[in-house]
Amino acid sequence: MGGSIETVPAGVPVLTGEHFMLGDHACAEGALAAGCRFFAGYPITPATEIAERLAERLPTLGGACVQMEDEIASMAAILGAAWAGAKAMTATSGPGLCLMLENIGLAVMTETPCVVVDVQRGSPSTGLPTMVGQGDMMQARWGSHGSYEIIALCPNSPQEMFDLTARAFNLSERYRVPVFVMADADVGHLTERVVIPAPEGIEIVNRKAPTGPREEYQTFRPDADLVPPMARAGEGYHVFMESLTHDERGYPTMTGEAHNRLVRRLSQKIRDYVDDIIDYEERHLDDAEVAIVSYGISARIASRAVEVCRESGMRVGMLRLITAWPFPEDRVRRLASQVRGIVVPELNLGQMSLEVERCAAGAAPVVLLPHAGGGLHEPDDTVSAVEGLLR
Amino acid sequence: MNETAELVHPRESLFRPGRMPHIWCPGCGLGTMTNCLVEVLQGRADDLDRVCVVSGIGCTGRVAGYLNLDAFHTTHGRAIPFALGLKTANPELEVIVVSGEGDLAGIGGNHLIHAARRNLDITVICVNNFTYGMTGGQVSPTTHHYARTPTTPYGNTEYPFNLPWLVAAAGAVYVARWTTAHIRQLAKAMKQAIAKRGFSFVEVVAACPTNYGRRNKLGDGRAAMREFRDNSVIKQSPPLEDLSMSLGEQIIAGAFVDKERPTFDDELAALTPKEGAATQ
Repeated sequence: MGGSIETVPAGVPVLTGEHFMLGDHACAEGALAAGCRFFAGYPITPATEIAERLAERLPTLGGACVQMEDEIASMAAILGAAWAGAKAMTATSGPGLCLMLENIGLAVMTETPCVVVDVQRGSPSTGLPTMVGQGDMMQARWGSHGSYEIIALCPNSPQEMFDLTARAFNLSERYRVPVFVMADADVGHLTERVVIPAPEGIEIVNRKAPTGPREEYQTFRPDADLVPPMARAGEGYHVFMESLTHDERGYPTMTGEAHNRLVRRLSQKIRDYVDDIIDYEERHLDDAEVAIVSYGISARIASRAVEVCRESGMRVGMLRLITAWPFPEDRVRRLASQVRGIVVPELNLGQMSLEVERCAAGAAPVVLLPHAGGGLHEPDDTVSAVEGLLR
Repeated sequence: MNETAELVHPRESLFRPGRMPHIWCPGCGLGTMTNCLVEVLQGRADDLDRVCVVSGIGCTGRVAGYLNLDAFHTTHGRAIPFALGLKTANPELEVIVVSGEGDLAGIGGNHLIHAARRNLDITVICVNNFTYGMTGGQVSPTTHHYARTPTTPYGNTEYPFNLPWLVAAAGAVYVARWTTAHIRQLAKAMKQAIAKRGFSFVEVVAACPTNYGRRNKLGDGRAAMREFRDNSVIKQSPPLEDLSMSLGEQIIAGAFVDKERPTFDDELAALTPKEGAATQ
């Protein structure tokens, strides 16, 4: 699929400049700018253009792009690459994400930095391959078994496909956790202006390397920030990456006590830093009587609804979730105590709205604007919901 | 006298401190197999820092974690694609996958044949004990026809994979099968497989007296070793389709394939996009 007509020189990792670029391509460029040098994936609409772009670009940058036999293998391969020291990514859509969940759990348990891009489409099952949806939000959060934290970001434009993919790498390196870029078919297939900064203007975070003597290295011994330094394979640290419940050495430890200690730390290393991780955009919230909470492509439609409401004198604002997970609990709690009601338009039958409701905790009514996907809300749908709350 | 306190097991340097005793049952073939692998690695002059061992899940899946090397205990069936990531991101690594037949040829079967097709430069040591030992001896993709297991209580109605034929057909450049009664040949095959560039596969026929032998009247570990010794035949180039195994019939052992083919990482490295190549 086209969208970009530019010529890209080989061996240039950061395409500094102003582009008219497909969202999926911008995602690939964001990854490269952040230092991604390994990609493994499996073709799937509407994410395929990410793999195609990286298949052209990575070999010119000393990296590798491998089309695997399935998404299970793709996810496993990026974890292997991460332990070899690479920044690694895969990209898929809902059906592929289903297959990746097993090794996303492995990434959580073994604290393996990696980025998973999900360009969401109509679901469940094979669903609407070419058409938009936002039905994977809870799957990203809870899809693998067990209690754990991940990070998920929601781009609403090709520009954010670049920016947030790059940020996803930084967060995954910082916290050693899988980070999702929860895009959707419309953002992925939208072609818009994308500005790529000069390399020195792009923040790069690299995982902590061990500093002590090799023989004293313990694969999962955390620093004070609860994140262990990560050795790479082949350098004599004798890493022990263990999928079973393990102690700080990586040794399997089959006790409830060890399990409790490990699983709580894996969550706590994220929860302690929500202020660093959580990002959102606020519009007209200062005096808002009604708030719209939305994300991704739905938030772009909702922003038109905000304008319409404001033009007719309704005090409406919007909270756009840029970080979906961890959920901005405090901000939504404060919002609920301020406004008369909250409207949540999303392209599913109620996922993030459940989180909004949980945090609002009855302080304000939460109105879900459901949509099964395959298209977008009309701004008027949101306007009507706002009117209903103000009536 | 306290001399015994200073005795060090000759294999100790390659075992991760404090990890013994292992979890394997008396009579299990995994100790023998691991000993052969450690012997091969200890015999090398280099410092082994580039050697990575990757395992899946199951009794054999525990091997990686016992070895004092870069060790990766992954998910069930996924050792091979994990190994692809390791090897591709750093082609300097020597990657050895050690796992069982249920892991590699059952749940991970697709990855096995695709890695062979790609000629990924890794070594796969597949311990075939004909059963899912860790979960209690259920039928596996190589369980003999008619064999009894807890999930085939009336006998296995399915036919087993012939693993050497399978991986050779898919493109493996080195394929051998030895039983745990052939420790010299097995160690030699492991050494050759590790040294070989490309996808190398060593099937290790091993006993699981606890969960397979017992139900199929194959006796204890010693009886199984006797059976392997007395009822196997070494053939250098048998027709690969003859390598299927049946209960009570001869096991054909040997090194069956040793050929050259460009490897996955050679091909990737040879891929040098032209300067200024256009991309869309």
